[in-house]
Amino acid sequence: MEEQAMLATPLAHAIGVWIGALLTLMIFSFLYKDNPFYKFAEHLFVGVSAAYWMTVAFWTTLIPNLFARLWPSSMGSVLPAVADNQREWQYAIPLALGLILLTRLVPRIAWFSRWAMAFVIGYAAGTNFTRYLQSDFVTQVQSTMVPLYEPQATTMATIGNIFSQIVVVGGVICAIIYFYFSKEHKGGFGRAARVGIWVLMAAFGASFGYTVMARISLLTGRMDFLYQWFTGANW
Amino acid sequence: MRKGLVLAVLLLAVVAFTVHAQGEPPAQTDLPDQADPVADSRSVRPPARARAYDTPNDHGGSITLEWEISPDDGAPASPVTGYDILRSESRDGDFESVTGTMSGATIGTDNSAEDGVEYYYQVVALAAAGSSDPAAAGPVAARQQWVDWTRINLLVISVILVAAIITYVYLSTTRDLYIRKIAGLEAVNEAVGRATEMGRSILFVPGIQDMDNVQTVAGVAILGHIAQRTATYETDLNVPVSRSIVMSVGREVVKQAYLQAGRPDLYNDDMVHYITDEQFGYVAAVDGIMVRERPAACFYLGAFFAESLILAETGNSIGAIQVAGTAMPTQLPFFVAACDYTLIGEELFAASAYLSKDKKMLGSLKGQDAGKAIAMVAILLGVGLGTLATITGNDGLMSTFRLLRRLFSLNF
Repeated sequence: MEEQAMLATPLAHAIGVWIGALLTLMIFSFLYKDNPFYKFAEHLFVGVSAAYWMTVAFWTTLIPNLFARLWPSSMGSVLPAVADNQREWQYAIPLALGLILLTRLVPRIAWFSRWAMAFVIGYAAGTNFTRYLQSDFVTQVQSTMVPLYEPQATTMATIGNIFSQIVVVGGVICAIIYFYFSKEHKGGFGRAARVGIWVLMAAFGASFGYTVMARISLLTGRMDFLYQWFTGANW
Repeated sequence: MRKGLVLAVLLLAVVAFTVHAQGEPPAQTDLPDQADPVADSRSVRPPARARAYDTPNDHGGSITLEWEISPDDGAPASPVTGYDILRSESRDGDFESVTGTMSGATIGTDNSAEDGVEYYYQVVALAAAGSSDPAAAGPVAARQQWVDWTRINLLVISVILVAAIITYVYLSTTRDLYIRKIAGLEAVNEAVGRATEMGRSILFVPGIQDMDNVQTVAGVAILGHIAQRTATYETDLNVPVSRSIVMSVGREVVKQAYLQAGRPDLYNDDMVHYITDEQFGYVAAVDGIMVRERPAACFYLGAFFAESLILAETGNSIGAIQVAGTAMPTQLPFFVAACDYTLIGEELFAASAYLSKDKKMLGSLKGQDAGKAIAMVAILLGVGLGTLATITGNDGLMSTFRLLRRLFSLNF
């Protein structure tokens, strides 16, 4: 029996590698054109992933975050750690909102589901307001609020620092001007906005190069997997 | 009989061993592994002036302790390795360790306190051979604060921004508010018109995030405008989504748009359809839709990650006019490179107001512009003050500069 189990693992592994390699080639075949192999891989991927995510959502969200809080003793068989917990009645609110969302299935009362959606969007707007205020507004303003002149160890370092600070402050101001919608981009304001878009494009260029390199490493990893499959090294 | 004899011999052996041990001379105290713990505790002097207080500006469950380091701490080759914080619910009760700090620390936090329960604390200096005498503190109880005063500046800034938005929303009801032309948004109507002329469909991708992401909310708001156009021109609309809530909201928005356009008969639920939550499964399916249905216009408006370039390149390969918009800094370069028009960050959020010309939304957009103006003025003021203060060495200017920076800090 033990021998069989030991044999089964490498066999299952080898089958997994073959399936993975063949599906990879099927997906890559899209680079040529749409074809039945790609369609097969696409539909398999979509079907399996949709089912997988539904299961994940059920076991990682619904069970621990909802059922285990409303009926902890009943969930003891699947989550022993929560069996002795107190019931948390406030979780009846998300349960009710979830049920309200399901009223979409009944056309006559489908309008009721808008309440749950309004809650989700309102929650998103409210929580994101303070989050973005902190990360994108307050922190940005404070970080840009720097003296243009700060003496450094050497004259060249001081000059370099002044140049750096001017680029940072000028770049931020010009970029904000670009996103200022209440005034037409004409004259000096327009020129500042144009500098702002150059600053943005320079930043995008740097980001583009950085991300492309990361994607190349992903491609390299996949090619390495296919090479090992081709040579039988990872069977 | 034999068992009794064996037991008696064993008993005698134990007694003899005990007597022999008691008769031995005392162990040498200069050997570290045989050191007297009481003597060692005196070799490391305790920390002083320990005090415990409820951690301010928090949501409860936390008590902060401060102390002065042991006189033996901080010296070269200091024997103190750290501090242990012990807790008990009574002054003479059993104290148990709740947290610890490194040597040299003068502050520690017990984050396992229960609100309303009074605790006594002891802080002891730890050494290799043992711990010092304790420095006592307490009793103290943790409690929740209603206001986090370290964030009061954020409240003030929020109030100013919200007041600006409300003011402009009010003004929008009495006068026309000017918004400059945004090229990328003009292209939205152009793309819908082109698809209609070609008799082909429009593909709208609202990103891969859920409705709790403001970019998705902005994308779905633009979807409403596009749906009104497709309803008016009787153009097919295809909206594949990767989140179930986005599907529900998307259907409501599109349905409402078709009703407003007076063409509810053209609407069907399948226009907005769920594919999968899996990022690349979703992309594979959308790519398939693109090459098979060959939409004339593709819109990518929302939050995107690595799928951005795959989608945009496929759209490019089928010759579709493409309009993208996102606030994801890492994905914007790909859209800029592969799409005809790209809404950059803030433009995406401005789009729904710009396209709908709704007065309240335009007022909100103007209010946000007021926020940007405040930011620019604050930055320029801070930079000017800081530069002058550094050049002149004026303490007053430097204090004002620091105060201004503090106003825009996360911990006022």
